[in-house]
Amino acid sequence: MPDLDRSLFLSRRHFLALTGGAGAAALLAACGGTSGPPTAQAPSGGNGGTKYTGPNVSVAFWNGFTGGDQAYIKKMVDDFNKATPNVKVTMNVYQWADFFQKVPAAVASGNGPDVGAMHVDDIPTNAARNIIVPIDDVAAALKLSESDFSPIVWQGGVYKGKRYGIPLDTHPLGMYYNKAVLQKAGLDPDKPPQTGDDYLAALEQLKGKGIQGHWMSPFPFTGTFQFESLLWQFGGDLFDKDVTKATFDSDAGVQAMTWLRNLVTKGYSPANVGQDADYIALKNGKNAFNWNGIWQINDLASIKTLQWGVAPIPKVGTQNAVWANSHQFVIMRQNQPDQNKQEAARYFINWISQRSLEWAKSGKIPARKSVLESAEFKALAPEAQFAKQIDYVHFPPQAPGIGDALAMVDQALNNAILGKADPAKALSAAAGQATKIVQDNQKKYGS
Amino acid sequence: MSVESSAERAAAAGETLQGFQPPEGQGRSGVHGRVARHGALTPYLFLAPFLVLFCVFIVAPAIYGIWISLHDYDFLLPHKPWVGLSNYTELFTPGGRDATDFWRAMKATGIFTVFSVPLLLVVPLLVALLLNRSFPGRTFFRAVFFTPYVLGVAVVGLLWRYLLDPNIGLVNSYLDQLGVHRNIPWTTDLPWAWISLVGMTVWWTLGFNAIIYLAGLQDISPELYEAAEVDGAGKWQQFLHVTLPGLRPVLLFVLTVTILASANMFGQAFLVTKGAPGNATRTAIMLIAETGMRSFRMGVAAAMSYVLAIFLLLISLLNFRFFRMRDTS
Repeated sequence: MPDLDRSLFLSRRHFLALTGGAGAAALLAACGGTSGPPTAQAPSGGNGGTKYTGPNVSVAFWNGFTGGDQAYIKKMVDDFNKATPNVKVTMNVYQWADFFQKVPAAVASGNGPDVGAMHVDDIPTNAARNIIVPIDDVAAALKLSESDFSPIVWQGGVYKGKRYGIPLDTHPLGMYYNKAVLQKAGLDPDKPPQTGDDYLAALEQLKGKGIQGHWMSPFPFTGTFQFESLLWQFGGDLFDKDVTKATFDSDAGVQAMTWLRNLVTKGYSPANVGQDADYIALKNGKNAFNWNGIWQINDLASIKTLQWGVAPIPKVGTQNAVWANSHQFVIMRQNQPDQNKQEAARYFINWISQRSLEWAKSGKIPARKSVLESAEFKALAPEAQFAKQIDYVHFPPQAPGIGDALAMVDQALNNAILGKADPAKALSAAAGQATKIVQDNQKKYGS
Repeated sequence: MSVESSAERAAAAGETLQGFQPPEGQGRSGVHGRVARHGALTPYLFLAPFLVLFCVFIVAPAIYGIWISLHDYDFLLPHKPWVGLSNYTELFTPGGRDATDFWRAMKATGIFTVFSVPLLLVVPLLVALLLNRSFPGRTFFRAVFFTPYVLGVAVVGLLWRYLLDPNIGLVNSYLDQLGVHRNIPWTTDLPWAWISLVGMTVWWTLGFNAIIYLAGLQDISPELYEAAEVDGAGKWQQFLHVTLPGLRPVLLFVLTVTILASANMFGQAFLVTKGAPGNATRTAIMLIAETGMRSFRMGVAAAMSYVLAIFLLLISLLNFRFFRMRDTS
């Protein structure tokens, strides 16, 4: 029992005796708010969201779509409100980091939103912490099943055998390139390199013209996503199968990190690339290639003078692989669930989910296969380039509290790319700490 | 200052300090009587609004925080196991999950404080001395020096992040034109990251300290300078023997507030360096926020906060003692 040996130094009773007794304890406990076991089961959503015919209700929808996608989600919510006079959806948009601080506090105090959007790797944490509720009924009522989605996206919404998320999209990394810069170096702007060798050859050619072609970011956006993509390409993985041990310091990890660090040492990237500088340099015509997320499409498209293209990231390792994540709809726990709101919220999810082509235009790959394979989606040229990778996308691992362990990857990357530690050393130090964290998490949340 | 002015006002109204404890039997009809009857409570009534806020928002959370620090605490999980002092002992156990990170963060906070506080004491004083002279456009310049202080940390952080970017930043671009042909890693390497963080903080907050100094300078009676001049004191001697002693209470205030503000530095490092390189510029508050608000390990985060608070308490005590010693000597 960890509790026993942990409290050797000071027992709870001893502390209370010292500080004025049980009265204080009661007071302190009262400060903690609802400390009783919260009701975990979802209030059933009636018909699961196929329609809503109840009285007028308002539904609060919180998300972190602060990028180019904000205008699209706002338009979709407006359209929904017009088409559904008895449901008024009000939307709040936060930075993702703020979102995940605000939502738990709001839900705990009974002021949480009805509907939210989250990434797949956030779902286990929030399910384990009782912030979101299972919505198997929605999937059943909407007759959604794995065959409607790609398996990895569909499985992403599940935690401990229950469904918590309805997939909205997939957003992978891809390789953006500045066509004018490629032309300047004598490279074909319509045939970007797709293998590791071709890629390095292109970088060498660019270097000959005085252009550093792949600015390597030492920061999570998007340095970490690049490292993780290559880790998977070399056959490695971030954690073992049950997420009990970090494995990103494997040979594959060292190969991946060394390849990225070499971009700097060989002069294909400047040293000390600042946050977002790699992407800004692509737009300014100083950088040739930038591996970045599909969400940047509309930002690049807004610069009329910029000639840019996008392709899958090259196959540097032994197999194809690329980092991706997925937005999923979730329903938040309510202290006093309102049956009508529950039904309206489910109907809203259903309504948006069916219109994922509209959402795709915000720079996403639609989650629904029918939309993914439609001619309309294939006509969205940049998005369709990203979608070529859909069969080999990798999501971050799913386990409660995984974000804390993944932060160690950011640390290894920062140290390795900035040359503060060699790749193997940086990775093994970070992996050791990440293993401690996932083991702590298992104790905390139960495995 | 408010104490003084209320005392003056009281004197002007013909009241004396004895008025608060009047002889028994004075009629309730007189002005003196009224004040006397309620005198004992009056100061507490005036204090009450602040006291209520102080208790609700400072004292109660501080005590509750101690309670949290003795648990493995996540406010959303029903089970919050009691762990005694182990959140604290963990911080002092090398090789544990948090010890290395915590002391590295404390060191980062220490470095920042040691370098920023002297600058934030001296530079604003010089600015205040300049702005205290009379010259055309004085008010304008006072506003100019104070302006950065009204900006939020997000604005300041983002602004400097772009200005200081090692490869595409304005600062390096101008340095290049001046003949410095290397990209100085202002935000990604040491010691440059510290220079950037300290520099931008001085630029950002010096206006506040300068205004406090300025108020202090204007409180020093001109007669003292005249007397010093008559005694043959030069400008430098006037500064040493009139200005500095006159500013002593203000200095104590500025020093204490600046140390606390520097020790609580968060936004600048969070936005400009993200703690890079590695975790070298991740400050204690940054780590506490991450631990408590992102990993939801509030027990550990609370324990870290108390260790930091004890450090700050000790430093503040030393401060006060130092100034008192100077007072009596």
